[in-house]
Amino acid sequence: MNFEYAAAPESRSVVKIDPEYGHFINGKWVNGSSHFNSINPATEEVLSRIALGTAADVDAAVKAARNAFDKSWSKLSGRERGKYLFRIARIMQERAREFAVLETLDNGKPIRESRDVDVPLSAAHFFYHAGWADKLEYAGVDTTTAPHGVVGQIIPWNFPLLMLAWKVAPALATGNTVVLKPAETTSLTALLFAQVCQQAGLPDGVVNIVTGDGSTGSAIVSHPGIDKIAFTGSTEVGKLIARAVAPTNKSLTLELGGKGANIVFGDAAIDETVEGIVNGIFFNQGHVCCAGSRLILQENIADEVLEKLKRRMEKIRVGDPLDKNTDLGAINSGEQLAKIHELTAAGDAEGAGRWSPNCALPDKGFWFAPTIFTGVTQSHRIAREEIFGPVLSVLTFRTPAEAIEKANNTPFGLSAGIWSEKGSNILWASQQLRAGVIWANTFNKFDPASPFGGYKESGWGREGGRHGLSAYLKGSAK
Amino acid sequence: MSGRLEVMKTYKLYINGAFPRTESGRSYEITSNKGEFLANACLASRKDLRDAVVAARAAQPGWAKATAFNRGQIMYRIAEMLEGRSDQFAQEISLQTGASAKESLQEVSDAVDLLVWYAGWSDKLPSLAGSTNPVTGPFYNFTIPEALGVVGAIASIDKPLLGFVAAVAPILVSGNTAVALASSSAPLSAISFAEVVATSDLPNGVLNILSGQQSELAPWFASHMDIDGLDISGLPSDQHGSIKEAGVENLKRISAFTKNNEPGRILAFMEAKTIWHPIGN
Repeated sequence: MNFEYAAAPESRSVVKIDPEYGHFINGKWVNGSSHFNSINPATEEVLSRIALGTAADVDAAVKAARNAFDKSWSKLSGRERGKYLFRIARIMQERAREFAVLETLDNGKPIRESRDVDVPLSAAHFFYHAGWADKLEYAGVDTTTAPHGVVGQIIPWNFPLLMLAWKVAPALATGNTVVLKPAETTSLTALLFAQVCQQAGLPDGVVNIVTGDGSTGSAIVSHPGIDKIAFTGSTEVGKLIARAVAPTNKSLTLELGGKGANIVFGDAAIDETVEGIVNGIFFNQGHVCCAGSRLILQENIADEVLEKLKRRMEKIRVGDPLDKNTDLGAINSGEQLAKIHELTAAGDAEGAGRWSPNCALPDKGFWFAPTIFTGVTQSHRIAREEIFGPVLSVLTFRTPAEAIEKANNTPFGLSAGIWSEKGSNILWASQQLRAGVIWANTFNKFDPASPFGGYKESGWGREGGRHGLSAYLKGSAK
Repeated sequence: MSGRLEVMKTYKLYINGAFPRTESGRSYEITSNKGEFLANACLASRKDLRDAVVAARAAQPGWAKATAFNRGQIMYRIAEMLEGRSDQFAQEISLQTGASAKESLQEVSDAVDLLVWYAGWSDKLPSLAGSTNPVTGPFYNFTIPEALGVVGAIASIDKPLLGFVAAVAPILVSGNTAVALASSSAPLSAISFAEVVATSDLPNGVLNILSGQQSELAPWFASHMDIDGLDISGLPSDQHGSIKEAGVENLKRISAFTKNNEPGRILAFMEAKTIWHPIGN
């Protein structure tokens, strides 16, 4: 019997993409001085021309944000601020399909994920933080109710709209104003969000969006008129920002890289675990800072898990991100694809065993088949460096102590997974793991009420929940 | 002249529960505010710092694993030991700083009270700073604060005892271990405080104390890859930028504080860990 899926593409007609965009500064569209192409990574089709933000553009945005902070936003009561956030959440829900299709076109992620994860979570983030705006005096034992002022926010390309929501919602709820730079390859949903701000009647200058590349981000980081920087991206760039900010009075929060350990104990429920492993590393093409990219299997069940994992991977559907049946979409850029190729080649060269299911990849666009490496040792580059793609490194262990040792043997500390049917073992392992988010018998779950962020070189601070909110308020101790 | 010669104390470092001299063999003269000789303090080196970090790292898992109740009791025990030696500490403060006997005694009392205040936080702050999070979906989700690991402290130079206690008590109470640099100009109170700690059931290596020059050691504190956090309250603010820059390589958590009694001083050196588990049968 043939169980092939018929094509089920989501319609593009719901989105309208302008041929060229400017910056969104002080509530208005401002022309850019030069532009670069934004392409659909699944087809390499040019979607639009995006403005390359200059230092002057950033300066104009910061001035607008400062003016809005001084004249309107900081004068509003928390209750009224919150109502704007509720409006934004509602409009995002109303335009959810438009956001989802646009995100998938621009980013390459499957429509199933943008529709069911990115967009609803983004709206939920605004809804959650809206309710905080008039309750800041309850936000924590180590915070005041005072905002920083103007916040500069630089976000990555893996969850463009969701990372915007993680940054903008808490900033506005606490009374800050924002200058946000989306990632170079994924600006379109941020620019659509600017329209949402207009529809919501948000006062001019409260949210400013300057598109561009690393030079634009650098202009934000070094701008003296900004009081706080929030960055999500690589550890390498995070450290550059931390060095630049060190001599200043700016506050800084960082969400950086990871090399998450996903530990499977011998007593785990194997079938559920296999689903969790797949979700842990192949969700969003593995472009996830908290991906479970190191699978650490107890030896007695390693063969069984790998066999079932391979069988499951044969069923992963790779292809058109707009197809509602697609599991694994396009790699976001040629640059990222080259990085994945480089690291997987290092895996081959260092002696790990590569395996991928036999799946056809489209001719155009950027694609990488779901891949596992077995026989990986802790010194291999594919065990130490973040690949940020659909590539899983498999290691094994005998004793629980060895599992923890291997899991913690990384400068990162963002996420970890535990698969076990024994409650006390889960709590013990949770305690031992040096990571900010622990998923036990699940993986890659996110919620606005749940603090997210890393230990060690995975970052500073949290996003989400009461803990994330406090990063946008002045501390009481400092 | 009276017939009896005073037996003077040799001030040494405090590393891993022992009182070694600096491996460098160096010392520097500590004088009273009137210029009289008080002691030759150890001029600790980078190597001493590294030895202290090794001790602190080894002691950290055990100290973090001790129950919050137990950590609170030990912190309270430190306060008890200090209270009993109030006069000695007050005299030592007066000798170093020229403060009046009354002022110095007040500083000791404040230090004792601050230790008691922090001791009580051990089994309470996790309730206030942690949370259960009402996530969407069949999941139990909770956030707990955890000790950061090994934390350095550059103690205030103003109040040689109170500044030192304000630096180390909030670091220790959550389960961190500490390497602390005493006031460079008035280190004797911190070194004598080591004697208090040594009789308080604080496990060896949990608190390590160095005397030496801020200008020499602070950059090594900042760049040490096995120090997870650093309290730079005791450093002049014009040096904070360069120290923070030196701490970037391991994304060290670096903070400076102005208030002594502040839960934020504890939380600055804790990490929030969030745990998810499905609900079902």
